[in-house]
Amino acid sequence: MFELLGIPPQALFGQLLLGLINGSFYALLSLGLAVIFGLLNIINFTHGAQYMMGAFVAWMLLNYLGINYWAALVLAPVIVGITGVIIERLLISRLYHLDHLYGLLLTFGLALVIQGLFRNEYGISGLPYQIPPQLSGGMNLGFMFLPNYRGWVVAVSLVVCLATWFVIEKTRLGAYLRAATENPTLVGAFGINVPRLITLTYGFGVALAAFAGVLAAPIYSVNPNMGADLIIVVFAVVVIGGMGSILGSIITGFGLGLIEGLTRVFYPEGSAVVIFVIMAIVLLVKPAGLFGRAA
Amino acid sequence: MMAAETRNARTEVAAPALTAPAGAMGMPRHHLLIFVGLLALGLIGPFVLYPVFLMKVMCFALFACAFNLLLGYGGLLSFGHAAYFGSASYVSAYAAKAWGLTPELAILLGTATAAVLGLVFGALAIRRQGIYFAMVTLAFAQMVYFFSVQAPFTGGEDGIQSVPRGHLFGLIDLGPDRSLYFLVLAITFFGLLLIYRIIHSPFGQVLKAIRDNEPRSVSLGYRTNQYKLAVFVLSATLAGLAGATKALVFQLASLTDVYWTMSGEVVLMTLLGGMGTVFGPIVGAAVVVGMQNYLATLGAWVTIIQGVIFVVSVLLFREGIIGVLGRWLKKPL
Repeated sequence: MFELLGIPPQALFGQLLLGLINGSFYALLSLGLAVIFGLLNIINFTHGAQYMMGAFVAWMLLNYLGINYWAALVLAPVIVGITGVIIERLLISRLYHLDHLYGLLLTFGLALVIQGLFRNEYGISGLPYQIPPQLSGGMNLGFMFLPNYRGWVVAVSLVVCLATWFVIEKTRLGAYLRAATENPTLVGAFGINVPRLITLTYGFGVALAAFAGVLAAPIYSVNPNMGADLIIVVFAVVVIGGMGSILGSIITGFGLGLIEGLTRVFYPEGSAVVIFVIMAIVLLVKPAGLFGRAA
Repeated sequence: MMAAETRNARTEVAAPALTAPAGAMGMPRHHLLIFVGLLALGLIGPFVLYPVFLMKVMCFALFACAFNLLLGYGGLLSFGHAAYFGSASYVSAYAAKAWGLTPELAILLGTATAAVLGLVFGALAIRRQGIYFAMVTLAFAQMVYFFSVQAPFTGGEDGIQSVPRGHLFGLIDLGPDRSLYFLVLAITFFGLLLIYRIIHSPFGQVLKAIRDNEPRSVSLGYRTNQYKLAVFVLSATLAGLAGATKALVFQLASLTDVYWTMSGEVVLMTLLGGMGTVFGPIVGAAVVVGMQNYLATLGAWVTIIQGVIFVVSVLLFREGIIGVLGRWLKKPL
């Protein structure tokens, strides 16, 4: 076999694929954060916990009710999304008249509660979740071996991200959403129920996180802490991309996943911090973020 | 608009400090009384309660007050203060153990590390405002955490254990808890009085102006970014002082000190005690550390309780314990 820069292609493409998978999660999560921030002006710190809940709900559906992966892929985001709607109505909606920072503190507290509850119930060792039989095995692409499930994760994440972009940028519902982001009072005056729009937006952002969680369940084990560190990396991704643009969030998410994968090949020690270093550089060069509007 | 209204609400709590009657040393009399009372408590404390517990409370009180300097008076929410607390803790532990430095030098070196780190991260973080500032500081702290996991000198999961407390100035043996206790008390009081001085200096007044209305401060001719960076570095340095001292108290520096949960805890202490109050973070630290100590047997429930306190504080109790007390007494505390 040929070699690229002294790295066997199996290793190189294997890590790039892993990077793309991480990138899928970065994209799905930062997209949800951006959508929520756009309308609610709140950074949803609970996002990581809700990603973890998605994985856990899928696990519970399988182990308690015998509901398989494919149904869980739809059901888990809906269930977690409904809990999100309840959280928004009961708690977050009381903070809209306050400084944005209180929203961050509230959702941070919620994340602690949710993670603590799951840790109490299921421990921290992690629970296995089988890859669905239809997607087990893999394909030999000549230059690398592609496990089917990993290919599926990247493809379906991309489709969901692009569908979200399409809905927000090209449909009537999306137009309401964008208008409410710009000027909620005026949109309300036109007869649109803005509070309901806000609630549903939060539910949708949370459902995206849960969807990412279900996708992640067969790759990483289902663990109460699985979202805790991930969400901080996603924050860095959001700072790098800026939250002004939907497409920007998607590109930044996948791109940073790839860069992280490449770093793992060429300088493994740096792979954990590379995204933070990029964040520092972006702050120096373009403080508003790659796709952000200047504040 | 929304942000401005909240800031105004916050100002009302802090502003009367200017008009309160002055006692000795330019300090309002009731503040002086509280400081004297705290000192008396600190001196009697080790004869009543377990000294190591009290030292932990003092280290975290200093940490929370340093954090409050940035949040309560600078209006900047850093979600990554564990980076300064933890890195100082690591450096002073390493200096005392591997290089055999005397405790005062080890603490100074740890504090200096936190100051440099604060300067670098602060200079980058103040380029973004509000919510982004919080995310940037959190991300940098996580970078320090990942660095600490991998770096050879931190001891990975084990941390740096059995750090020698050594002899202060090469003379006084700090081995017994009682003798270390009075050093920690002195450091904490030095830190608290310094923070009090900063808050009530002309520099502190400009900070409050920037917190309440940054564009206005800019139009008055203040270079707000320099002020923000200065308070960030001061806050990081004092957080480092607390972390370095903590390493000697527990003879341990570990990954817990740099993890995001530590950053969250200091936010909780400040929020619960009352942000933007002088004495609130001390009370908040005592409550949170006490809770961890006495509820330690409950395991993960401690995290859940902390989360619930966060939620309740944000929804119903934004002024914090001392903020509410100050409003009842009609005196800023």
